[in-house]
Order: sequence, then C-alpha cells, then structure tokens
Amino acid sequence: MLGVNVRRAAPGALPSRSSTALRRRTVVGSLVLLSIVLVTLSFRETDGGPISSFQSAGAAALRPFEVAATRVARPFRDAYGWVDSLFGARSEAKRLRAENERLRQQLIQAEVSASELADLKALLAFKEGKSFPADYDGLGASVISRPAGAFAQAIVISRGSSDGVEKDAPVMTADGLIGLVTRVYAHTSRVTLLTDESSAVSALDVRTGASGVVQHGGSGSTLVLDYVPKEDDVRVGDTVVTAGWRSSKLASLYPKGLPIAHVVSVGQTDTDLYKQVQLQPFADFTSIDAVLVLVPKDRAP
Amino acid sequence: MSDAARIGGLVFAAVIVQVSVLASVPIGGGTADVLLVVLVAAALQRGSIAGAVAGFVAGLLVDVATLGTMGVTSLLLTVAGYWAGRYGETTGRERPHALPLAVGVITVLLAFAGLGLHYMLGDEVNPHRALVTTLLPALPLNLLLAWPVGRLCRRLLPQGVPLERVREVELVV
Repeated sequence: MLGVNVRRAAPGALPSRSSTALRRRTVVGSLVLLSIVLVTLSFRETDGGPISSFQSAGAAALRPFEVAATRVARPFRDAYGWVDSLFGARSEAKRLRAENERLRQQLIQAEVSASELADLKALLAFKEGKSFPADYDGLGASVISRPAGAFAQAIVISRGSSDGVEKDAPVMTADGLIGLVTRVYAHTSRVTLLTDESSAVSALDVRTGASGVVQHGGSGSTLVLDYVPKEDDVRVGDTVVTAGWRSSKLASLYPKGLPIAHVVSVGQTDTDLYKQVQLQPFADFTSIDAVLVLVPKDRAP
Repeated sequence: MSDAARIGGLVFAAVIVQVSVLASVPIGGGTADVLLVVLVAAALQRGSIAGAVAGFVAGLLVDVATLGTMGVTSLLLTVAGYWAGRYGETTGRERPHALPLAVGVITVLLAFAGLGLHYMLGDEVNPHRALVTTLLPALPLNLLLAWPVGRLCRRLLPQGVPLERVREVELVV
C-alpha cells in the first residue's frame, strides 16, 4: 500500500534492495514522465512537427509487418468469420423475421391511414360543399367498432356527449345519410344504420317531389321507398333525399335534402296500394371508416 | 540471444498481431488483447523494470502503428507492466494463478484508466461501450489467452529479479 512499510524476510540485504528500489523507481518514473511529455508534445505540435514525422516514419516502417501479419492471418480470419456467420445466421433470421413482421404491420397501418385520409378528405369536401345543411355543423368521428351479429345494423363511433353529440343526431358519410345516433355515452355513441329493421326516414324524390318512407329492403344493404302513392311519378335513376318535414310542434329528425339513395327499380301491382320502389344507397354500408355527426349550430359545443 | 532481444521480439510480435489481426476480429463485441497478456506474462517473469520498459516500448509501437496520440498507450502500458512486474517480484511469480489474476485485474484497471485518460485529453468517450460492451467480453478472452501465452513466456524468458520474500504486496513502489 502507499506509505506502508513492507516487512521483508531478510533485513540484511536491505542496502542492495534499497538501491534496486531506487533504480526501479527512477526507471518507471522516467518512463511515465517521458510518456506525459510525448502526450503533451503530440497535443501541442502542429502538422509536420517532429513527433508526427517520427510517427509517420514509424508507421511506414511497421507497415510491411502489419501487411504480412494480415495476410498470414487472413485465412484464419475468414474461417472465423464463416463460423461466426453460421452461429449468427439463426439469430439474424429471427431478427429479420421480426423486422419483416414489424414492417408488414407498418404497411398495413399506412394503408389504413391512407384509406382513412381519403375518407376524411371526402368528408371535409362534403362538409364544405353546397349540399351540406347550412344550419348544422359536422362533427367528424371515426368508426371504432361494429357490434357482432346479424341482428344489429349499427356502428360505434368515437364521439360522445362530451363532444356535443346528442341522441337522434343524423350521421352521414361523404356519400350520403347512413343512420341516426341511438345511444350516447361520454366519449362514444352508437349509430343505428338505415339498413336496420327499426330505421325509417321520410324521404322524397328530388325530381318529382314524390314522398315516402325509406326502410330496410330485406336483403343486404338495399333499401325501399315505401308508402309512395301509385299516382306519383318515380323513375329509375331518380335521387332520393330526406324530406325534413316540420309541423307546428313536431319536426323530422333529419334536415331536408340529405342524399340517401337512387332508385334502381319501380314496380306496382293492381292489388297494392303503393308503388314498390327499390333503392341503392349512396353510402357503402360495408366499409364505413369515418363519419360526420350533424349537430345543430345552436347546440354545437 | 539476450533477454532484452527476446522480450523485444515478443512484444513486437504481439503488437503486430494485436493491431493487424486481433483488433479487427471482434468476439462477442470485444477483442482479445494479446499484447497486454504478453506484457503481463513477461513482466511477471522478468520483473518490474523489464515490465515497465516493455510496456513503454509496446505502447509507443501501438501509438505509432495506429497513428494515435503518442504517449497515451505508453503511459498506460508502462504502469501496467510495472505493476505486473512488482507483483511477480514480490509474491506472484511462483503461484499458479498469478498470471490469470494479474491479467484479469490489469485488464479491468486498464479499461478504467484508459477511459479516464482519454476523457482528460478531451477525446469522445463512451463509458458504457468502454466498460461494458467491450470490457465484459474482453476479460474472459484475455483470461483464455493467459495460459498459452504464460507457457510461451516461461519457456522463452528466464526468471529475472530473484523473489523478494515479503508479506505484503507493494502496489506502487
């Protein structure tokens, strides 16, 4: 230890050992000092100084030995590299598989995001267009789930009462009306689609003003315009929109003029009281990702 | 052949192998340091003065070959060679575990000392890389090298300074 007297077994040899110790300390002290001087000179000198010249000459002198050693060792290094790569191949394959999976997930997310972006752009264009009802605000929402089962034609959206959504608010995509908010929670809402058995919307033919009630058509995403009197004029290709009626105390849940569907077939029989009008909805009910909830401007948050 | 020539040849060969071959063969993230093992083995066999001089020369050669800052490796290896030599002169030389013990301890101390020295010189240093990523695999590699290198040094180099019978190890003087 520093400063501790070391006890030696043979005190008689102390003088010679003392001189050896002195010599030893002198040598190591000199070498340490020389090293520190070299470090200092290396740092202080500019390019082309004596230290760098010495280093350059020394490196040139050592170069043949280094090249020879490298050449001799190359076969062994290559062999080691080959064996090492064999050991590393398994972990490398595992890493690449994980990376591949991660990239695939990113690709899927990017495709989903691109699809959502297109939907949102379409919604924005619709909201800023002339067909959007003037006394309503559109509250953008994404679809977060669809209840399982064939008995519920509904979706759950990512907006709720805290966002200003109220029960019975109409819900649209950029293509047209899709349904009505039937349950409201703080941050989510349930939207019952037009294709649900319980849905009914008073509607009219834009071209002739013939009115009726849009209901589920019985199969898939088709709708029917029911209760259209036989004498009214309805033709294939006509556009059907919400009627938006208002009496003295009551008003339709839907504002007037929201696009719903176009007519794909019209028929009537002698025994029926009304025409049989088949509709094809503008909105694609099988792939709804983003919607607009219509909130009256006087109640918007 | 004189002892100095033998030590010089060993150290020179170790420097060339280290900078040309082993330094570019990472094993588990670290590299074996045959130069350090040769230096410690030679110093244990020949004593502190030979260890210090061999360390200084070896460091100088490394700094020249790698175009590093002159004197840095010399300073570290001078002290390492001196310590190993003193350990051999006092208690270690005749003990079977002396070389692996000295190699292990000096490998760790040298990593810390090198880190500190380069930090003081203003170099970019990464403590985690120096003390964990590199040192942890280098330590067992150096210990593996200790046995064959020790046998080689014992065969080539006769014992130098006679053993001093002491009861305590002198760490510095």
